[in-house]
Order: sequence, then C-alpha cells, then structure tokens
Amino acid sequence: MRERVLAAALLLALFAIPAKAADPQVTILLKDHQFTPQDVPVPAGVKVELIVQNQQDVMAEFESTKLHREKIVLPGAKISVFVGPLDPGRYEFFDDFHNSTRAFLVVK
Amino acid sequence: MLPTAIIVLREVLEASLIVGIVLAASRGAPGRGRWVAGGIAGGVLGALAVAAGAGEIASAAAGMGQELFDAAILFAAVGMLGWHNIWMSRHGREIAAEAVKLGTDVRSGERPLWALAIVVGIAVLREGSEIVLFLYGIALAGGSGGPAAMAVGGALGLAGGVAAGTAIYLGLISIPLRHLFAVTSWLVLLLAAGMASQGAAFLMQAELVPSLGANLWDTSFLLSEQSIVGKIMHTLIGYSAQPAGIQVVFYLATLVIIGGLMRLIGSGGPPQRARAPSHAPAE
Repeated sequence: MRERVLAAALLLALFAIPAKAADPQVTILLKDHQFTPQDVPVPAGVKVELIVQNQQDVMAEFESTKLHREKIVLPGAKISVFVGPLDPGRYEFFDDFHNSTRAFLVVK
Repeated sequence: MLPTAIIVLREVLEASLIVGIVLAASRGAPGRGRWVAGGIAGGVLGALAVAAGAGEIASAAAGMGQELFDAAILFAAVGMLGWHNIWMSRHGREIAAEAVKLGTDVRSGERPLWALAIVVGIAVLREGSEIVLFLYGIALAGGSGGPAAMAVGGALGLAGGVAAGTAIYLGLISIPLRHLFAVTSWLVLLLAAGMASQGAAFLMQAELVPSLGANLWDTSFLLSEQSIVGKIMHTLIGYSAQPAGIQVVFYLATLVIIGGLMRLIGSGGPPQRARAPSHAPAE
C-alpha cells in the first residue's frame, strides 16, 4: 500500500517536473526574410522559451551554430525552442534556408 | 535559380557522400547495386512522406517531435553503421585476402547490405525531406524565377552533389584492395560517431540530455561549419566548430563502443593488418 502511494507520488512528480510555463517567453517574428527584432533581448542565467513565428509563405529553418539549435518552421507556423541558461553576450542565429537572414540574441 | 541550386547542392552533398562511402565499403558484394538503389528509392519515398507529415511531426511530443524524430533516425543509422563495421571486422579480411589471392576483384561474401541500405535510406530521407519542403514552399510562393529556373537550379544542385559522392567513391576504390576495407571501416566509424554527435544535439534541444558545457571549444575562425569544406567535414567526420560537451561525449562513446566491439569480435580493430594467426597470409 505504502509503495503504491509512493509510486503514485513519484508519477505525479514526474508530470510536475516539466513545468515549462514558468520559463520566460520571447517571440521572434520572421517576415520578408527578416527577423524582428534584430537584437532579441534575452535574460541571462535562466532558461528561455523562444517562440519563432514564420509569417512567410516559404519554409524556414531557425538555426544557431553556437547554441546547437536547428528547427524547421513551416510557412505560417511557429515553433518553440528552449535555450539557456545563457551567459551574457551576443548569440547569432539565422534562417538556414535563407542564409543572409540573420539576427542576434542579446543576452543581458 | 541560384539559391535553389545552392540549397539542393548542400542537402544532396551530405547524402551523396554517405552513399559514396557505402558503395565503396560494399565493393564487390553481390547485389549491392540493388540494395543501394533500394535504399535511395526508400529514402525518396520516406522524404515525401516526412515532408507531407511535417506539420504533424512538428506538433508531436509537445512540440519536440522534430527533435525526437531526427534523433531517432540518426541513432538508427549509427546502429546500422556499427553493425556493418563489427561484421566487417570479422569477415572483411577474409574477403579481401581471398580476392587478392585469386587476383580478382572482391566477389565473394554475404554482407550486411541491408544495414547499409537502411543507412542510405535514412541519409536520403533526412536531406530529401528538407529539399521537398524547401522547393514546395518556393513553388507555392512562385519565387526564384518560376518553375523552369527552379528545375534548372535543382538539377544543377543535384548534379553537383552527385559529382561529389562519385568523386569520393572513385577515390576510395582506387585504394588497393588489401587496404580498402580498413579505410572504409575507419570512414564508417567516423561517420557513425559524427551522426551520434548530431543526434546528441537534437536530444539536447529536446531537453532530454544536459549540454555539459555549451561550447567546449570554438574553431569557427579556422573552419566554419557553414562553409562548404566545413559542411563536408561535418558529414564525414562529424566536425563541429563549437561542440557542446554532450556531443563530444556521444562522439567518443560511439568510437569506443563500436571500435571496441570491432576489436573484440574481429580480434584486431579495423581490418588493416593481420594479427590473429588465422588471418596471416598463408602460403
């Protein structure tokens, strides 16, 4: 009986852990082959959820070599990418399918 | 036309290099052409299916479907490459020795061609699905100079990529037979380690493994991963200019595990030298 309670508690704990709602969210827009904002402000030292919205009618791939993130964003769709906790600095990212479309996370 | 050509070239290049290595590694195996062609065909069908289901994959697993899918197929490929190498560590020498003795090309020997066919299929599927999504988007948007320019660009990119794969294949098969399988075993081992490191990056992105250091080192000033040479090295040996700790761990673990099993089972690592008495050139 006690084991069962323990097991139930553990199971609950397991589902409780990914409480992602607490992570600050930062939205990045992609339109006309340009990211907005160009310098994306991101708080240092915490995990952050980047929400990338592709408002184009072509596919994009959000990518950052430094952060090891690459994720396809279908036309009109949005994706979530978790980054951090990051040290202060500038972290470049780009659209891997339109290489000149670049911007920075500015971590402070 | 040019952007299309460049994107297609980039994606085809990666798959094509892998096919070139696989073809060299399976030199002389009966029916390998059919297996590899089957792998390519399966990969193309898979690419279309993945592209069609891209939205579903993306929203699966609480938005982490892409990461899990990529990681899963990469590790499947690592397993297949490992299996091939372990098998060849036992039989590669016999196959080469027999051919050298008979003064013919390698002909004999069943080989785990299905494993290589799966690797080819996965490589084509991964790169192909991106091409399909990219071209489909451009076609819908009516950009890049219309369908004719797009077709020309795509064909140019495809031709360039296939040329690179052909070049690596021809380079490899010009290696004397005694050494060929030793070289291809090393290439396959590094290929597997590189794929494991890429898989680790996706697991990290899905938050399933810790990064163990965001960037262990930074050699992007020497060789950028975005340059063509950087991309080729990325495909061939898993080069990363700014690797995360976990990627290095997966890379080394793959080398140690597959290399160790090759040594254990084949008694002597990649079949470069005869060590065990049974492999010493008799007569």
